[in-house]
Amino acid sequence: MKLSIYRYDPDKDPKPYMQDYDVALDQSDRMLLDALVKAKVLDDSLSFRRSCREGVCGSDAMNINGKNGLACITKVAELPDHVTLRPLPGLPVIRDLIVDMTQFFKQYHSIKPYVINNDPPPERERLQFPEEREQLNGLYECILCACCTTACPSFWWNPDKFVGPAGLLQAYRFIADSRDQATAERLDNLEDPYRLFRCHTIMNCVDVCPKHLNPTRAIGHIKELMVKRSV
Amino acid sequence: MTLQVRKFDAIVVGAGGSGMRAALELARSNLKVAVLSKVFPTRSHTVAAQGGIAAPLANSTEDNWHWHMYDTVKGSDYLGDQDAIEYMCRRAVEVVVELEHMGMPFDRLENGRIYQRPFGGHTQNYGSNKMAMRSCAAADRTGHAMLHTLYQQNVRTNTQFFVEWMALDLIRDPQDGAVVGVTALEMETGEVCIFQGKATLLATGGGGRIYWATTNAFINTGDGLGLAARAGLPLEDMEFWQFHPTGVAGAGVLITEGVRGEGGYLLNKDGERFMERYAPNAKDLASRDVVSRAMTTEIKEGRGCGEHGDHLMLKLDHLGPEVINQRLPGIREIAIKFANADPIRDPIPVVPTVHYQMGGIPTNYMGQVVAPEGASKEAIVPGFYAAGECACVSVHGANRLGTNSLLDLVVFGKSSGEQMLKDMRGQPAPHRALPKDAGDLTRARLARLDSAASGERVVDVLNDLRRAMQAHCGVFRFPDDLVKGVARVEEIAARAKRTFIQDKSKTFNTARVEALELDNLIETAMSTVVSAEARKESRGAHTRSDYPGRDDKNWMKHTLWYKEGNRLDYKPVHQKPLSVEPFEPKVRTY
Repeated sequence: MKLSIYRYDPDKDPKPYMQDYDVALDQSDRMLLDALVKAKVLDDSLSFRRSCREGVCGSDAMNINGKNGLACITKVAELPDHVTLRPLPGLPVIRDLIVDMTQFFKQYHSIKPYVINNDPPPERERLQFPEEREQLNGLYECILCACCTTACPSFWWNPDKFVGPAGLLQAYRFIADSRDQATAERLDNLEDPYRLFRCHTIMNCVDVCPKHLNPTRAIGHIKELMVKRSV
Repeated sequence: MTLQVRKFDAIVVGAGGSGMRAALELARSNLKVAVLSKVFPTRSHTVAAQGGIAAPLANSTEDNWHWHMYDTVKGSDYLGDQDAIEYMCRRAVEVVVELEHMGMPFDRLENGRIYQRPFGGHTQNYGSNKMAMRSCAAADRTGHAMLHTLYQQNVRTNTQFFVEWMALDLIRDPQDGAVVGVTALEMETGEVCIFQGKATLLATGGGGRIYWATTNAFINTGDGLGLAARAGLPLEDMEFWQFHPTGVAGAGVLITEGVRGEGGYLLNKDGERFMERYAPNAKDLASRDVVSRAMTTEIKEGRGCGEHGDHLMLKLDHLGPEVINQRLPGIREIAIKFANADPIRDPIPVVPTVHYQMGGIPTNYMGQVVAPEGASKEAIVPGFYAAGECACVSVHGANRLGTNSLLDLVVFGKSSGEQMLKDMRGQPAPHRALPKDAGDLTRARLARLDSAASGERVVDVLNDLRRAMQAHCGVFRFPDDLVKGVARVEEIAARAKRTFIQDKSKTFNTARVEALELDNLIETAMSTVVSAEARKESRGAHTRSDYPGRDDKNWMKHTLWYKEGNRLDYKPVHQKPLSVEPFEPKVRTY
């Protein structure tokens, strides 16, 4: 398998370049991450993040032949023999495939990603009925890999102002939680020409989400709530 | 070069379940707290836990902490400390309810209460053949739901995280051995600092990457164990490693025991439900050590599945698409991706796979690290705490029950945080002075790596270590293999001192990180194989061919391994609980 990988080490490289690796795979190398680990055996300076290697920690998001995805659950068998790997677009590159995710997490933090409930906590669990809990499916599973947000042209243009699909998906996760009491406050927080309304339903986010979540639909729900409360 | 010193009241190393639970407790004070993590907090390996967290909420079956305690003591093969086990089981309801109040998205029952499923070894009425539904679950993503909830709460409390900082060595006061801080490397810049603190908690997780086939993430390199061992502290019960019965064959990825909790079962190549022969009552829901031994025996006796007869099948299609999609959606995804099997139709090929380290840094149930000193086998090391998989409290003893690990994280994360606050309140305001040689060990390690122009490649040493551990210290252990294993790991440890890296960059140098992690893996592996070779009995996850029985007369004791001289010591098991009568050792059957 041939990997063309974006390389940049600010310590020594005046500018980024692409480097090719020929990686000999054996039967146990099922995923793209396995190929990357093999490439790192050839060249220990090749830098990328990885951890769980099963698609749940969100470390190894990257741009794979032009499309964002997780290396650890991208099957080698489903890729062409020549694969081009670049860092996630739209975020500053620290080194090689490692991007600076500060802006991404800043937007996530800005939506107050925690249940707000000011009632004194009961002795036992707060009750939540299965149909209420059902509302959280497709939302809480987000792994914060940033595949979606960094595939979004609106985020590329306004990373400091537009919350982005991952953050908005989580904003709706808390609005949708029957235990949360801060819907009005959450809508106020997004009532702004940029934070929510820069989403133009381009739907790149839906296309790339490795967990098959649908941020565009969540954003639609928030917009509906905005309209409802204004009439 | 002197290292920059950053002063905090408390330092937490690791931002998984226990580190972040401790951080929340510390956030209740106005103290200055630093939480260091090698990865962004939600990337910690707690995220991969699947099946649930144990608590006797009794939402579906009658239950209470006494029964949970009995199961845990029995599951530990009587090596667990009964005071700590009582403590954990009594606080289980409280900590799980707290998680729910924090917003954790548990599955629900029709009446709105938390959904609970059965899990291996969890029974009603002190080991009756009725299973207790005790595992509180968020589908099969309980660890993910819990870790994200804890991170979210830390966002709310404004915890100061140092993300992608790797702790390297402990700093101890030579006067009394107190821990006064750690050195740490900022990956992005290559900067090395001293984090000076009055209380330091290690919550760095396990070291399951010492094995070739493991459910563990790349980051699980036993960092806390390496820090403690290099600082002269012992590691407890390191011979006890849990082999999870159901890792995806060839890939190692975990398939939750919750599959069997929901009604799935194992088959051999003859289509036989073989667990009926090994555990007539609990069958597929016997303790993990029991199931893993049974599976290994099936494979060894030629009843394994596949071309090479090297795995077994986990059948769950009879549960129906609805249960699978609602309760086990993550498993379905993993099986399709990693085994090319859609469990709605096909069984999943599985094999016992290293999963969890029962041993670790010795602590009491308040998270205080304890070590032999003078007449005491358990003198408190001032300023030093450990929680989670890197610690040995010991609640899991020789074998952990499924869903008790997430519980361990939150109970002892919380109790450590509470104890750290208490201890700091009792301390005078200024920090202790740092010893003159603070940071020297770290500087020497880094200088060696930076200057080495040739030597052993890190990846070669690492792979040899993992192969050696797999071959010499598996589900069944043989005397010759163990002796050879010790020699083999010693040889590999010597090579690890001669590693070199080509990459000398300051910026996000992952080659350097991997070389430093290798040092920790070596300590983890060495303590494991030396402790295992010495324990001449079979107990829980430690099964020897030459000593097939449990020997309470000679071996009802905890192992302590020291790096210096590869020395072993032992200390008694706490057989006396806090408030109830002890559970006396019995023959363990399921």
